[in-house]
Amino acid sequence: MIDGFIALYIFMLAAFVGHEIIGRVPSILHTPLMSGSNFVHGIVLVGAMVALGRADTTMELTIGFIGVFLGAGNAVGGYVVTERMLEMFKSSKEKGS
Amino acid sequence: MSEFVSMRSVIEASYFIAAILFIFGLKRMSSPVTARGGIIWAGAGMVVATLVTFLYPGMGNYALMMVAIFIGGVLAWVSGKKVAMTNMPQMIALYNGMGGGAAAAIAAVELLGGEEHGLVFGTLAVLGGMIGAVSFSGSLIAFAKLQGLMKSTVRFGGQQLLNLLLLTATVGLAGIIVFQHGDINLVSVFFLLALILGVTMTLPIGGADMPVVISLYNALTGLAVAFEGFVLQNAAMIIAGTVVGAAGTLLTQLMAKAMNRSLANVLFSGFGDEVVGEASDISGSMKPIEAADVGVMMAFADKVLIVPGYGMAVAQAQHKVWELAQLLISRGVDVKFAIHPVAGRMPGHMNVLLAEAGVPYDIIYDQDEINAEFASADVALVIGANDVVNPAARTDPASPIYGMPILNADHAKNVIVIKRGQGVGFSGIENALFFLDQTRMLYGDGQEMASQLIQEVKSI
Repeated sequence: MIDGFIALYIFMLAAFVGHEIIGRVPSILHTPLMSGSNFVHGIVLVGAMVALGRADTTMELTIGFIGVFLGAGNAVGGYVVTERMLEMFKSSKEKGS
Repeated sequence: MSEFVSMRSVIEASYFIAAILFIFGLKRMSSPVTARGGIIWAGAGMVVATLVTFLYPGMGNYALMMVAIFIGGVLAWVSGKKVAMTNMPQMIALYNGMGGGAAAAIAAVELLGGEEHGLVFGTLAVLGGMIGAVSFSGSLIAFAKLQGLMKSTVRFGGQQLLNLLLLTATVGLAGIIVFQHGDINLVSVFFLLALILGVTMTLPIGGADMPVVISLYNALTGLAVAFEGFVLQNAAMIIAGTVVGAAGTLLTQLMAKAMNRSLANVLFSGFGDEVVGEASDISGSMKPIEAADVGVMMAFADKVLIVPGYGMAVAQAQHKVWELAQLLISRGVDVKFAIHPVAGRMPGHMNVLLAEAGVPYDIIYDQDEINAEFASADVALVIGANDVVNPAARTDPASPIYGMPILNADHAKNVIVIKRGQGVGFSGIENALFFLDQTRMLYGDGQEMASQLIQEVKSI
């Protein structure tokens, strides 16, 4: 069980990590990073899968289905867009130097 | 039962690995050299976490699950591959909104389901659901605005009051739901209110501020995911969500700072309100010029600074502009690109677009590096940029963009502005730069004009 203060500790440390990662980023990477973090919260997909997996009533099934659909869109779309953006950075570096 | 326990530890271990991959992936993404590898690390984490979730004990509906993943995944894959680089920001908004919606859906299932969550987890479920729903509808509005599906900014008297009332009502209902578990009517009204709140919050915000808003919703979705992670006891969701929540909040602040606006200012004050009438005491006229004259002017210049804006990207002119720059460089002209922090639609967006065209890094300069050089430049070529070179930001306290750091294009000896027509910029403000004595307007499509300039320079 993740409970009480353990939960609070995890929350605090993870927040600190997030803050540290972005701290010293050049502004040219702001858009790709935002896109990358947008992909990372696509992990919501696994939560939606669990919710749908446990659903019984039609109502729950419908909402769960929508949740999984949206979560999959977040994860896949976030990945594709970030990857395309970062690809550009690489090729330009090679051409530039 | 022991089989369940060991299954549980396989799942937990996989989530742990996924969380590590996310964190290191994001870390790698924060440097241009390792950025490409970063998304692949994070992607691997996502695959591991998703696959192992199929092993979760006590689940069913696998067929339905796979259909949903397939439809959502394919739609997102195709749209993500197809979208033009210029439209990236709104796609991020769209995918972010989907994540928020998924978090809200999880909350809805949990709140309607039979299980009691207790005070703490019940509160987290409700809060996560509310934030997710706001992020969902808000992001969709942001998407619609940037995509041009929704042109106008809707504002009316008492709007802030309405938002406040909506917020109060939603939070109030949230409080009731925590104690009155599983009431379908209450839950439905609650989510409906949260969705409306997201819409009314986003509607009055002007297009120029959208990047900040999208970034904020990105952070909010992260937070919602973390909250639902607590409810589902899912460590991967808690950690990934919280990291994104914190990183996104910081990113939002950085973006707001680049525009010299506070977050509160972005959210609660309309941008480009009716202020225009007050501020437009601009005298003089816009003076047109022919491409041939511009060609000569640039070909015999010592130093040319190019100020690209979103308009250049929309016209898909970046390749032609780079060709023009190469031509000038081969004639011995000192050519540099000057990038405003919010050029394009987001910080760094213009760099991505120029990189796509093949412009090398060492002739692209940030505002701070280049601003002093405008005074010694013979020509400042402004193409598709508007608000970021408006001197009113420096001089006119009545202007809505007053105080925003701008590129000092007006310090150059000659200013050439390539522009489609006489309209105002993204923020709807008249640009004092266009009326200066040393400014000439080259009217036309960015790409066409760049091609013409290439011909003119070649023919010299």
